[in-house]
Amino acid sequence: MDLILVNLIDGLVTGLLLFMLSAGLTLIFSMMGVLNFAHASFYMLGAYFAYQISLALGFWMGLLIAPLIVGVMGAGVERYGLRRVHQYGHVPELIFTFGLALLIEELVQFIWGKNQMAYSVPDVLNFTAFAISGNSIPAYKIFMIFISIAIFIGLLYVLTKTRVGMIIQAALSYPRTVEALGHNVPLIFMGVFGVGTALAGVAGVIAGPVLGTFPGMAFVLGSIVFVTIVIGGLGSLWGALVASLLIGWITTFAKSYNIAMSDILNGIGIVTPTDLEDNIFRDLWTVTSPQIADILPYILMVLILIFRPYGLFGKRAA
Amino acid sequence: MSQIEQAKNEPKGARPKEQITTDPSDAAQRMRAGSMIIPVTPWVIAAVLLVLMPFIFTDNSAITIMNQMSITIIFALAYNMLLGQGGMLSFGHAVYAGVGGFFCMHVMNWSDFFAGLPLPLLPLFGGLAGMSLALVVGSFSTRSAGTVFAMISLGIGELIAACSVIIVAFFGGEEGVSGNRTYAQPFFGVEFLQQIDVYYLIAFWLILSALLMYLFSRTPVGRMANAVRDNPERAEFLGYSARWVRYYSFVASGFFAGIAGGLFAINYEILTEENLNTASSGVILLVTFLGGVGFFFGPIIGAIAFTLLQTVLSLQTELWAFYAGVLFVATVMFFPGGLAGLLMMHVPVFRLGKARLLIIPYLKTLLPAAIGLLGLAGLVELVFHYRHAATGDNEMTVFWTTFDSHNILPWVVLIAIAGIGLGIAKKTAPSLLEAWNEATTPDGGTR
Repeated sequence: MDLILVNLIDGLVTGLLLFMLSAGLTLIFSMMGVLNFAHASFYMLGAYFAYQISLALGFWMGLLIAPLIVGVMGAGVERYGLRRVHQYGHVPELIFTFGLALLIEELVQFIWGKNQMAYSVPDVLNFTAFAISGNSIPAYKIFMIFISIAIFIGLLYVLTKTRVGMIIQAALSYPRTVEALGHNVPLIFMGVFGVGTALAGVAGVIAGPVLGTFPGMAFVLGSIVFVTIVIGGLGSLWGALVASLLIGWITTFAKSYNIAMSDILNGIGIVTPTDLEDNIFRDLWTVTSPQIADILPYILMVLILIFRPYGLFGKRAA
Repeated sequence: MSQIEQAKNEPKGARPKEQITTDPSDAAQRMRAGSMIIPVTPWVIAAVLLVLMPFIFTDNSAITIMNQMSITIIFALAYNMLLGQGGMLSFGHAVYAGVGGFFCMHVMNWSDFFAGLPLPLLPLFGGLAGMSLALVVGSFSTRSAGTVFAMISLGIGELIAACSVIIVAFFGGEEGVSGNRTYAQPFFGVEFLQQIDVYYLIAFWLILSALLMYLFSRTPVGRMANAVRDNPERAEFLGYSARWVRYYSFVASGFFAGIAGGLFAINYEILTEENLNTASSGVILLVTFLGGVGFFFGPIIGAIAFTLLQTVLSLQTELWAFYAGVLFVATVMFFPGGLAGLLMMHVPVFRLGKARLLIIPYLKTLLPAAIGLLGLAGLVELVFHYRHAATGDNEMTVFWTTFDSHNILPWVVLIAIAGIGLGIAKKTAPSLLEAWNEATTPDGGTR
């Protein structure tokens, strides 16, 4: 029971972190119909910038400034890159963001090198918040949960309760009408792109110390983020939330409970073959759940796409 | 579902949906659908060139590069069946080549059977393995094109790449699977011990599969793939199932990717996780797009250029991947037609007989631009060295000149070269544009 609670908290941290990335990504997608392949690269930039700033001004200034820089860069990419490529169509747009992701990774290696940065949890938060029957929960995890939830509530408030949010929502569904009413729709798009990438930057700032700040961090998380928004349904904010938490919990539980495939197969009445060494299905028999934890999201995605092609919360005719 | 409903549910109403479309004024596109008559000359030239190449570049390393190039060409052409001809963007196409290669590796290690099999037939098994996988995956991934297809391809790619460390029996875990091609039955006395024998085997498959892929693009299915790419609704109204047309292209592409994988297995005799992962899939996208997706021969140019860039540049600088990335992004932004598109832009000029008008303006603009860019690259190298070289190691070599990177002089020189070169290019660009307009306009008339 206690272990379940610990895993629930761990999964929540992972899930909320994923949500911070997928929220921005899904918002950008529903607006422009563009899946920003470089989204996770902005997450990485957030971590690196925060590291660089934290060397001079400390962690908290990094948390404040790095997402701003990332957001401005994102807006710049939209204004001078995507808007230009847009005239060629959707596929080149996707290819452009893919190229950008490659380029940002190379750029990061160019500036900071290939090694992991010594970006660590600030001393203020480096203590054990509480312990559940011997399993200590670091305060930083609680801090991550609070930051993510605060951002989620803030985002929800801005989108549903403020005038700006109303205009953004209107621009999502009826951009031409909104333009005719005198709003600058391209500027709104640029702003949303900037905010989306800034959110990714925040995720990078707070995830950098725990998950490591290294050039591969974008690709590690990047494809999982795409899987998340496909599972949740492209363009659906709630879908992104549910899918993020689902993936967070599934992977965490699969990693902490060592369930072997042979136990399951024996359980349903299939006897382990005696000549396991030569059996062509030997790998199937020896598979354990921690081994496949990282590919579970992909399996889930394939299943979702087969049985419900528009994702959990996606509209039928996406 | 009606089109109106479709338009209403489209989340991106602000910007009209556009796709890569064929240009009807282009002779290549005007060819009658289903026509199997092909221009023979380019194919004969290509075949003769392939036969003669080893006599021109006799060096062993040159043959290694050419082998790699040929395999990349087949793979890129197979990839372009999806991207260029079918409008499907795949982020996980390395998987089909990889699985084909792994399957060939297992055939190679299956000694009883392999001893009776001539080696030139082996890629066929790779093709069949790639095709089988494409048959399964395509059954659900080709339901839609565009973003959803891209996402599924990425997911499947990641899934299979991750499986390579779990399903050890097939993928061989971390060390991969290796074999020995010489155990095959000798083919007319050739045992494929030498690189040069392998070269001719690959060259044969290159010509064969390129020809087959070209013919495929001329069949009704191939032409319908273009129609579905440009306007799926209209194709559906004509009575064609967009999904099945995409499926056929996908399966065919999987087959040829598998052949490329089989040739890889023969050439390198080892396959690892690297042949499956997203990075390899990204490289093939880069190669294809660089060459140009709009023309059949685009990926060929792309593969040749990229392989040369990779082998030559990676010997010179650690930063070659960075330059490749910059080149790729610049291509997407400024020349979406790729190298092939740039070349074909000049066809009307030659037809008008005005090519000589362009020579001087080109020299005036492109030469300084090239020099300026080289200066910029030198500057990038300088920054990299200044930041990452071990302390005390101040000497570096750029463009065959050795100097101290902590000295002020090289910085000034390189900044000057870059500034002046690009400055001149910028100054002369308008006159180039003018010359270009002049060269593309027929005499005595406006276009």
